Amino acid sequence: MFRYAVARLLGAIPTLFALVTIAFFLVRLAPGGPFDEERQLPPEIEANLRRAYNLDAPLSAQYLRYLGDLARGDLGPSFKYKDYRVAELIATGLPVTARIGLSALVVAVVIGVACGAVAALRRNSWVDRLVMTLAMTGIAIPNFVVAPALTLLLGVYLRILPVGGWGDGAVRYLILPVVALALPKIAYVARLTRGSLAEVLGSPYIRTARAKGLRNGTILARHAARAALLPVVSYLGPTAAALLTGSVVIEQIFGIPGLGRYFVQGALNRDYTLVLGIVLFYGTLIILLNLLADLAYGWLDPRVRYD
Amino acid sequence: MTDAAALPRSPGGRAWFRLRRNPSAMAAMTVLGLIVVLCVAGPWVIPHSYDAVAWDSILTGPDWASGHWFGTDPNGRDLLARTLVGGRISLLVGLIASLVALVIGVSWGAVAGYVGGRVDGLMMRVVDILYALPFMFFVILLMVYFGRNIVLIFVAIGAVEWLTMARIVRGQTLSLKRREFIEAARAIGVPGLTIVRRHIVPNVLGPVIVFLTLTIPEVMLIESFISFLGLGVQEPMTSWGVLISEGAQNIEEAPWLLLLPGTFLALTLLCLNLLGDALRDALDPRDGR
Repeated sequence: MFRYAVARLLGAIPTLFALVTIAFFLVRLAPGGPFDEERQLPPEIEANLRRAYNLDAPLSAQYLRYLGDLARGDLGPSFKYKDYRVAELIATGLPVTARIGLSALVVAVVIGVACGAVAALRRNSWVDRLVMTLAMTGIAIPNFVVAPALTLLLGVYLRILPVGGWGDGAVRYLILPVVALALPKIAYVARLTRGSLAEVLGSPYIRTARAKGLRNGTILARHAARAALLPVVSYLGPTAAALLTGSVVIEQIFGIPGLGRYFVQGALNRDYTLVLGIVLFYGTLIILLNLLADLAYGWLDPRVRYD
Repeated sequence: MTDAAALPRSPGGRAWFRLRRNPSAMAAMTVLGLIVVLCVAGPWVIPHSYDAVAWDSILTGPDWASGHWFGTDPNGRDLLARTLVGGRISLLVGLIASLVALVIGVSWGAVAGYVGGRVDGLMMRVVDILYALPFMFFVILLMVYFGRNIVLIFVAIGAVEWLTMARIVRGQTLSLKRREFIEAARAIGVPGLTIVRRHIVPNVLGPVIVFLTLTIPEVMLIESFISFLGLGVQEPMTSWGVLISEGAQNIEEAPWLLLLPGTFLALTLLCLNLLGDALRDALDPRDGR
C-alpha cells in the first residue's frame, strides 16, 4: 500500500507539470496586462514596473524562472495587492474556504448517507419515493439558485440568519453558505448510498447473516455498512473538488473573503501570479484528495490489491 | 415481461418501447418539449421584445393586465421575453457544447481503443492528466481573457466535457474490436479509419446517447455558473444564468426575477437528468423490466 501511494504520488508529477504549463501560458498569452488602468501610466514608469516584476523578459525565460521559484515554494508577489506575496494571500483565504468546504463535506456525507440508508431500508415505500424525488430535485437545482432563495426565505422574510458577510466565522454566518453548498452533494450521496446499500442487502452474505439470526441493527452496522459505503468513499475525492469549485460562486454570493473570491477578483484584475497560484493550489489539492480517497477505498475493501 | 410478443426486435426499438412505459421519462420528455417549443417560438408570439425598455413599468411584479406576465426587470424589460430568449441561449449552449464534446470524445476514444498499444497508452495518459486539472478555473480564465463571446463558451465547455466520453467510448471499442464482424472487415482490407467510422462508432452510440443526455444539463449548469459570475453571455443578450444573477441581486425587492428563470433552469435540468436515467435503464439489456 505504501508503495502504491508513492507510485501514485510520482504519477501526479506529469499532471502537476501539465497544470503549471497550461495555466501559465493561458494566463500570459491573454490580451491585457496587470498595469492596464484607466489612467495611462507614463511609459518609463510602466517599463520600470514591468522590469520589477520580470515581465520584460521573453516568455520562455519567464516560464523557466517561474518554475524555478515554484521549486523553491515561492509563488511570487501579487500584482494588485501591493506588498503581499501570493502565498500570504492564499494563507489568509484558505482557512475561510476550508472551513466552509469541510463543513459542507461533513454535512453532505452525514445527511446524505442517513437519507440514502433510510430510503434503501424502506425500499419502494413513500419515504423512499420522497427521498429520491427530493434528491433528484436537489441535484437539478444549481446552488446559485438555492443560495439566494434560502437567503430570501431565512434572511429577509424570517430574519433568522444574516443575509451575507463573514462575521469572523461565527456559526450564524456559516449556516446559509454551508447548506447551499452541501445541498446538491447531499442529494448525490443519498442516491449513491441508496443504490449500493440496496444491492448489498440483497447479496448472499447478508442472507447468511440473517439466517444466523443476527439482529437487523447488527447486520447493518457490522456487515452491510462497510461494503455499502465504498462508492460513497470513492466519491469523496471528486466531491471535495466540486465543493472547492462551488465555493467560488458561494463566496461571491455571500461576500465571504475566501480563496474563490481572490480567484475571481484576481482573474478580473489580471493579477497573473495570484490567479496562477490559486489554480496551482487548487489543482494540487484536488490531486491529493483523489489520492486519499483511493487509499481509503483500498483500506476499506480487502479485495483491492496493490501490485 | 408480460407481453413479450409486443416487444420489438431491434435494440433501438426495444429501448424506445421500454422508455415509453416509464411514466417519469415520458413526463420529462413532455415538459422538456414544452420548454423547448416555448423558448424557440415564444419570443415571436409574445407582445414584448427582450431588449425593449418600458419606462413606465420598471421592476413591476407579474401582472396579467399590463401584458408583462412575468413582471419586468430593473431596466423595465419584460421578464417573460427575456426568460424565453435566455432559454434559447442556454439550450443552444447545452446542445452545441455537448456536441463538441461528443465529436472530440468519440473520435479520441474510438481511435485510442481501436489502435491500441502504445498509442492507446499515450492517448489515455493525456486524458488522465487533463482529468485531474481544475477545468472550471481554466474556463473562467478563458472567459475573462478572451472576450466574453458565445462561440468561445461552446468551445471551452466542449473541450472540458469530452474526457469522460473518450473513456466510455474507448472501453466499448476495446470489447468491440475482438468481435467477428470487425475481424471480417479487416480481413477484406477495409482501412482502419473506415472501420472506426463505419463499424465502431455506430456500435457505441447507445452509451454515448445516454451520456449525452447527462452531459447537456452539466454543460448548461457550467454555462449558467459562468454567466452568473458575470463572465459569460453579455447584455443585452441574456441566458438563464445571467437572469438568475440579476435576480439574486434584486432578491429583496423583486423575488420573481430569481424564482421564474430559476424554475425554468431547474425544471430543464431535472427533466434532462430524469430522461438520462430512464434512457440508461432502457438501453441496459441486463435489466429485465
